Amino acid sequence: MKKNMNWKELMHGDAVAAGTAEEFETGDWRSERPVWHKKKCINCYFCWIYCPDSSILLDEDKKVAGIDYKHCKGCGICAHECPVKEPKAITMEPERR
Amino acid sequence: MPQLAKTGNEAMAEAMRQINPDVVAAYPITPATEIVMIFSQFVADGLVNTEYVAVESEHSAMSACVGASAAGARVMTGTSSQGLQLMSEILPIAAALRLPIVLCDVNRALSGPINIHCDHSDTMAVRDFGWVQIFSENAQEAYDNVLQAMKIVEDERVRLPAMATTDGFIISHCMEKIDTLEDAVVKNYVGEHKVINSVLDVDKPITLGSIDLQDYYFEHRMAMADAMNHAKQVIVEVGQDFGRRFGRSYGMIETYQLDDAEVAIVALGSTCGTARAVVDELREKGIKAGLLKIRVFRPFPADEIIQALSKIKAAAIMDRSDTLSSQGGQVFTEVRSALYEQSNKPLLTNYIYGLGGREISLDDIRRIFVEQVEAAASGKVRGPVQHFGVRQ
Repeated sequence: MKKNMNWKELMHGDAVAAGTAEEFETGDWRSERPVWHKKKCINCYFCWIYCPDSSILLDEDKKVAGIDYKHCKGCGICAHECPVKEPKAITMEPERR
Repeated sequence: MPQLAKTGNEAMAEAMRQINPDVVAAYPITPATEIVMIFSQFVADGLVNTEYVAVESEHSAMSACVGASAAGARVMTGTSSQGLQLMSEILPIAAALRLPIVLCDVNRALSGPINIHCDHSDTMAVRDFGWVQIFSENAQEAYDNVLQAMKIVEDERVRLPAMATTDGFIISHCMEKIDTLEDAVVKNYVGEHKVINSVLDVDKPITLGSIDLQDYYFEHRMAMADAMNHAKQVIVEVGQDFGRRFGRSYGMIETYQLDDAEVAIVALGSTCGTARAVVDELREKGIKAGLLKIRVFRPFPADEIIQALSKIKAAAIMDRSDTLSSQGGQVFTEVRSALYEQSNKPLLTNYIYGLGGREISLDDIRRIFVEQVEAAASGKVRGPVQHFGVRQ
């Protein structure tokens, strides 16, 4: 999407093209980050289904491949829903900057 | 053209039936109840194809209207007073999303104290929400204005919602003879509803109503301001076209005996009918009296008013509501503001009158005209803001 459009360039009526959230990086909102542990992961997709920001990455074989830290807001739902016995395949750790 | 005896509410409901909107979401409130009550009977009788959404409040009514309109439906509703206020949170959203909703609004005093009769405080309270506002003088205009409102809002240069108003009880419940159009004529007149964006269009997906902060909110508001500017021309075009088609022309304002007038009354709505009669009477006595009716309050017809009042010596600006700002009513403050740069402008007196439905009689209008004649002769007004008809 073009940046800094003037008012005449906007779509009609406050509409925005769909899918533009991909261009809006929300990763810096996190206070905790989910860390994915490949060896523990059973590929159940619970994290992928529950993630409200589509931030669980899948590889070419549709296997869980990690976290999209550019968009993950650190809500922790993935770690909460992970059904693997403790320690889980996704754990929340303090964000350090 | 069928001539029918209709109240203002019946006239508006008849216009709604003939427009046959896709969705009506409404909640009843005096004195607008009949509009949607009669319309719901049309739905029950199968006379329209409308999805009627019986909601639990006016807030929900306008919210449902926004949702339906955003989905691409042709949408109408009706309300009054407290109902309009309960819609207040959603009204500016409808305008910002540029949804062509038409609201049949019956002007009624705001609580408190609680009152069900006519003044313009409800409609004036929502004047800056980005809705086109059209005032009707009688049931005929109520019918015509609802039809025209649908044309105006759906014009691509406008695409802002509109409220067509009548005065509570005075017009809404008063039966008059009106000329209506044949159903097929109205169907052809309003045409097919054109959808620009639909939130349900999977082939052209959009996000509507996303958060809009320091970066784009101002640009979206500018687009609304621009649309409201364009609305003036569209309203005039639609009003002239209506005249060519059906014999009754409309503009932003209407003047009556104003061309050679020395004194004038500026008013909205039903009071104009009373003023017209007094103008006729005074003209017979040789007093050069005239009437300026403001038909459209939003967008505000500043240029037309400047032109119309340029040769008037003294004018009474009639406000059926008060801003309670110590500066007079809404009509007065805007008329006075419009005239500021003009070298030829009349002496102005603001008459706040008729609050809570208090009668404005022929005698009252006569007295107001006499005071304008006195002001014109003396070059002085009694004080810019008069609360007319209140017991002192």
